[in-house]
Amino acid sequence: MAKDKKTGYEPLTSIEAITAGLGTSGYISTSQISTAVFLAHGLRKPILIEGPAGVGKTDLAASLSKWMDLPLIRMQCYEGLDEGKALYEWKYGKQLLYTQILKEKLNELLGGAETLKDSLAKLSGFEDLFFSRQFLEARPLLHAMQQDQGSVLLIDEIDKSDEAFEAFLLEVLSDYQVTVPEIGTIKAKVPPLVILTSNNVRELGDALKRRCLHLHIGFPDHEREQRIVRARVDGISDALLNQLVRFVQSVREADIKKRPSIAETVDWARTLLLMHASTLEEDFVRDTLNVLLKHETDIAAIAPAIPKMVREATGPDARGRLASGYPDMG
Amino acid sequence: MEKQISNFIRALRSADVRVSTGEALDAARTVAMIGYDDRALMKDSLACVLAKSESEKSIHDRLFDLYFSSAPAGSVSQSAESETQESQEDPKDAAERLSQLAQEGNEQALAAAIERAAEQAGLNDIRFSTQVAYFSQSMVRAMGGEQLQARLLEALQGRTPDADAEAQRLIDVRRTLTMAARERAERAFQIFGAAETEKFRDEVAATKRLSAIEAGDMARMKQLVAKVAKRLAVKHSRRRKRTQRGLLDVRRTMRANAGVDGVPFNVIWRQKKKDRPKILVICDVSGSVALYVRFLLLLLYSMKEAIPDLHAYAFSYRLKNVDDILETMEFDAAIKKILREIGLGSTSYGQAFSDFKMDHENKIDRRTTIIILGDGRSNYGDPRLDLFRDFAGRAKRIIWLNPEGRALWGTGDSVIPRYEPFCAQMSHVATLKDLEKAVDEVLTAYS
Repeated sequence: MAKDKKTGYEPLTSIEAITAGLGTSGYISTSQISTAVFLAHGLRKPILIEGPAGVGKTDLAASLSKWMDLPLIRMQCYEGLDEGKALYEWKYGKQLLYTQILKEKLNELLGGAETLKDSLAKLSGFEDLFFSRQFLEARPLLHAMQQDQGSVLLIDEIDKSDEAFEAFLLEVLSDYQVTVPEIGTIKAKVPPLVILTSNNVRELGDALKRRCLHLHIGFPDHEREQRIVRARVDGISDALLNQLVRFVQSVREADIKKRPSIAETVDWARTLLLMHASTLEEDFVRDTLNVLLKHETDIAAIAPAIPKMVREATGPDARGRLASGYPDMG
Repeated sequence: MEKQISNFIRALRSADVRVSTGEALDAARTVAMIGYDDRALMKDSLACVLAKSESEKSIHDRLFDLYFSSAPAGSVSQSAESETQESQEDPKDAAERLSQLAQEGNEQALAAAIERAAEQAGLNDIRFSTQVAYFSQSMVRAMGGEQLQARLLEALQGRTPDADAEAQRLIDVRRTLTMAARERAERAFQIFGAAETEKFRDEVAATKRLSAIEAGDMARMKQLVAKVAKRLAVKHSRRRKRTQRGLLDVRRTMRANAGVDGVPFNVIWRQKKKDRPKILVICDVSGSVALYVRFLLLLLYSMKEAIPDLHAYAFSYRLKNVDDILETMEFDAAIKKILREIGLGSTSYGQAFSDFKMDHENKIDRRTTIIILGDGRSNYGDPRLDLFRDFAGRAKRIIWLNPEGRALWGTGDSVIPRYEPFCAQMSHVATLKDLEKAVDEVLTAYS
C-alpha cells in the first residue's frame, strides 16, 4: 500500500483492497464493513455505525486513518455539546490583546479625523482585522475541513449529543462545508471521510440517517473473533485462543445483561496469557470472569455453568475436531 | 436496469422501510458503481444505502433475496416487440410456442417469458393474497393462453387418438404455465403485498376492543404494544431543557470568560432542567378484569422496558412490587408468574392501597405520576378513600385508565365515581390507540 500513501484516497479502489489495507493496520474487516467504506468513498457520504459497545466502531476510524496515513480528527459528543466546541471559536483573548497593542496605532491613524463619522469611514477602509481567520480557533469540524490531504473525521457517540446539534451537523455532512457568519462559507478542499458512531442511547433523527450510509457491526463470529484476538494479543497459543473464543461465544448466547464484546475478549485473552494459562481451565475462568463480565448479576448467572461451558469449549467442536492442540485454527 | 432498482425500492417502501428520493438516487449510483454481477456485494451495498436500522436491514435482506431471485436481468427489454406479434398469432403457432416453453430444459426461456408476462399483467401492483389467482391468470393470458385454450378446444373435438394425445399434451402445457405463473405471482405478493396485509392487520388490531382480543392475536398485540412503548419512550425519555432568556447564569458566565479577563463575551443563560417522568404504575390483575389482564400486563411490561425508572405493582387482594419479575423474565414467563402469584383473585382496592402505603409510600413525591390500571370494582369493600386522597395530595397527580366503558362506572360494586375527584384524569381505554393516546398525554404533561 506504500505507493498509495501520497494520494490519500487512492487505495479505496476495491473492496478487497480495503479489507487488506485495514488488515495492515490490525483491523480485521468483514465484507459488510469494507463495502460500507468503499461506498462511503465512492458516494462521498458519511458512514453511521451502530452496534453494541466494544465491537470496533471507533477502531474502524482509527485504523482507516492509520492505514491511509490521514490525520484522525475525533469529536466526542456529549449532552450540551455546541457549535463553539464543535466548529469554531473566536480567540477572544488574542483579540483583546491585539486591541490593547494596536490602540495607540489606531489613535495615530484616526488622529486626523475630526468627527466620529470620519473615523468610522476611515476604519471601514481597512479590512476586518479582528474577525478574520487569524483569530479563528478551529474546533474538530472546521479542522477537518481545513486539511489539505483530507482526513478521517470521527464523530463519536452522536446519540449522546442534543437533537439541536444533530441538526447543525447536517450542513457539514451533506455538503462538507461550514458557515462562519463573519467570514463566510468554508468548503473542504478534500472532503473528509466521516464516520459517526452510535450506541443507540436514543433514536437518531431521520434527516441525519438519510444523509449517511448505515452500517451495523454486531458481535463477530467465531472465526473473525479468533483473527482479531490473534492480531491484538501477541504470543497466544492456538489451542487457548480457540478455546477462549468458543467460551466467549457461548457466554454471549446466555441470557445476561451486558454481553461481552470484542474488547473484553481481548482483555481476557491478555489476562489469561499473563497467568500463563495454556488451556482453558475451570479455576482460571472462575478467577478471571470479572474481566469478561461487568455486572455482578451476570457473573452470578454464568458461574454455575462454568464447568459445562469449559468442557464444551475444550471438547471437540461442531466439526468434530479436537480444540486443544489443533495446529492452525483461523 | 434502473427499473429493477426502482421497483425494488417500491417493494421496500410498501414493507414500511422509508426510502427517500435522495436515497433512491444513491442506490442507483451505488449500482452503477458496483454493477449487477456480484449479488452478495450488491446486497451488502444496498443494505448500507437503503436500510437505516437493524429491523430495516432484516426486511431489506429478506426482500432482496425474494426480489432478485427472479429477474433474468436482460429479459424485460424484449417484451415490447414480441407483444404485438403475440396478439395476432395463429392459435396453432401460439400453442406450439408455449409447449416449446413448457418442455423440460427450457427453464430459462420459460422464466424470461414469465417475467415478460408479469410485466404486462402489472404484477407489481399486487397487494393482497386473494389477488394471486387473478394475476396468475392474467399472466397466462398475456403469454397467449387464450390461443392455447382455443387450440385445446379444437383438439378435444377431434375424437381421434392423435387428437386426444394432443389435447392431453396441451393440458399439461397449460398446467406447467399456470403453475409457473402462480409461483411468480405468489413471490410478487411476498415482495409487494405481504407487508401491506400485515399493516392492515395491525391497523385492525390497534382499533379492536381490548376485551375482544383472542389468544391468537396476542403475539401481534405484543409487537404492537412494544412498538407503542418504544415510540413513547423515544419521545419522552430525553431530559428536556429550555433556555430562559433574561436570567443570567453568573457562575457559568464567569467561568466561561475567565480567559478574557472576565469580560462577558460569552453570556450563559440559566437553564431549567425538566424532570424526567417518575412513574408508578399500579395494575389490577383480579378476576373482574380477567378479560383485560393480559393486555394490562403487556402494557406494563412494555412500559417497564421503555421507561427505565418506572416502578410497577400488581394486586388483586394484596399488592406486590413486580419490578423484578418484569425486568428479569421473558414476557410470557413474567405474565404467568404474576398471574400465579398475585392474579385473578377477588379484588380489594382498599387492601391494595393500604399495602402500598405500608411498604412503598416513600416512593411518592411531588414529581411522581401514579397510573392506575383497573376497573375500580372492589367487591363492596372499603375503598380507603382517605389513603387515596393522601396519595393524590402528595403525588404530582394520579391518572386512572379504566378498561370499562363510562356507562358502567358506578354500577354494581364499581367505586370509580368516588375515586374520580382525586384523579387528574380518568379515561376509558378500550383499544390500543386509546391507550397510546392516554400514556402519551401522561408523559407530555411533563414538558
